[in-house]
This record gives sequence, structure tokens and C-alpha cells, in this order.
Amino acid sequence: MARTLITVPRSAKIGEIIEIKALLQHPMETGYRRSSDGDMLPRDLIRRFTCRFVAATGTASASTRDAGETVFAATFHAAIAANPYLSFNFRATASGTLVFMWEGDKGFAERETANLLVA
Amino acid sequence: MAGIAQMKRRTFIATAAALAATVVVRPASAITQSSVLTPLVNQYAAGGAVREGRVKFDVAPLVDNGNSVPLEISVDSPMTQAQHVIGIAIFNEKNPQSDVVQFTLTPLSGRARVATRMRLAVTQQLVAVAKMNDGSCWTHTVDVLVTIASCIEE
Repeated sequence: MARTLITVPRSAKIGEIIEIKALLQHPMETGYRRSSDGDMLPRDLIRRFTCRFVAATGTASASTRDAGETVFAATFHAAIAANPYLSFNFRATASGTLVFMWEGDKGFAERETANLLVA
Repeated sequence: MAGIAQMKRRTFIATAAALAATVVVRPASAITQSSVLTPLVNQYAAGGAVREGRVKFDVAPLVDNGNSVPLEISVDSPMTQAQHVIGIAIFNEKNPQSDVVQFTLTPLSGRARVATRMRLAVTQQLVAVAKMNDGSCWTHTVDVLVTIASCIEE
């Protein structure tokens, strides 16, 4: 399990635009570097990040992979720094769960959730 | 010996000052886009009109360490169902790969603003392209000076 750090306010007012920060511990090995022995280091990248919102009132469960609506997504390439960091925004309209997913090489998959209370 | 060292130092300071001055006085908009970047932008635009403006690419003009360069892209858009940014792409001129990242935004994003950190191999030009839901594309091109490069260290 890779370490993640997600910053989401616990609560927000209706219509408030909140800032979300998501950091994942990962080397983002480019495939262009050599080790100290001179061997090429194999590419190992995070390729895709997705943030979805699953409203608490809906019938969908936040544990279903494609539940809710996409808020934000990113496709990464080798030029993204190690420990990929993202900061983006979300317009809070209803209480629910924000689901964060990272996918990458070597079958890498990481999933985190954060609950948001909107009042 | 001391005299030579002092002269070197003096020359260095003069050069550094001149360099800093060129960085500070560089015009905000009048950058000629590199011939490497233009086709990439057009490809991302996929036939949509490409214009300069509405996008702000916020990155330090002088970067000490190319391994992790903070950047922020913001686009002038109300982010409503009717009018919003659907995607933002960043391309670079001289890294081994031209692609940096592609973001997907939705009206749920609320604000067309994204921040991340990237690698910069050498001093080069970067471009951010924002694609609107009407198909039009807006760009901001920036020059970045890198003193310690990424991708070369073991």
C-alpha cells in the first residue's frame, strides 16, 4: 500500500467551492535513468488519477468502481515529479463521499475516500 | 591570486545581475511559441480554434531544481453546465517526452484551477492548453530557466 495524503475540508456550505489536495507516495520512475550499475531503470509510472463524487442521497455505494460522477481526472506522463501532487477544486452541492483512485504500471492501484458534509 | 578571484567574483555578480534583469523584464505575453509545441497544441485542439489568452500558467521563471517544479494553471471560465473547461494539457519542449499531463475537468470542479509538480530536464518552453466545452482552445506559453536539471542525476 502506497501512502497517500488527502486534504479535504470536513464540511462545506452549499455551493461552496472547496480545494482538494491529493499526494501519493510513488517514485514515478521515468525509464530514462540508469542505476549506479549502469542498467536502465524500468519505467514505473502512475498513469491515471480520478476523483469521483458519490452523493450520500443516491442509491450507489461509494465502494462500486464507477459509482457517482467524475469531478476531476488526470493522465500523467514521465514529466510529472515523483510523489505526484495534485490540487483542484470541487463545488459542494450535497453531502457525500469523494473517491480518489490512482492507477499505474505494474498493476498499481490505490483507492482512498473522504467524506464531505454539506450543510 | 586574490585579485583574480575578486575579478571572477565581480564578473559573476555582473553576469548574475544581467541575467536576473533579463528574467524580470521579459514581456508577459510576447513569447514566440516553439515549433515543437505548436503541432502538439493543434493536435490536442483536434481542429478547434486555438487562441492565446484566458489561461494563466503560473510557474517560477527561474527554477533551481528541475526535479520538482510547482506549477498552477488557472482558466478564466465560470465552470457552469453551459460554459466550462473540459480539459487542460501541458506540453514541454525539451524533456524526453513532450507530454506532461492532461487534466479532465467538469462543472463539478467549480473552478478551473489545477496545481501539480513537474520535472524539467533543461531550460525550455512550456505551454498550457485549455479546451472549452464549445471546442475552442486557449493557450499560455512560458519560458522557464532551469539551473539544476532533472533526468540526469543517477
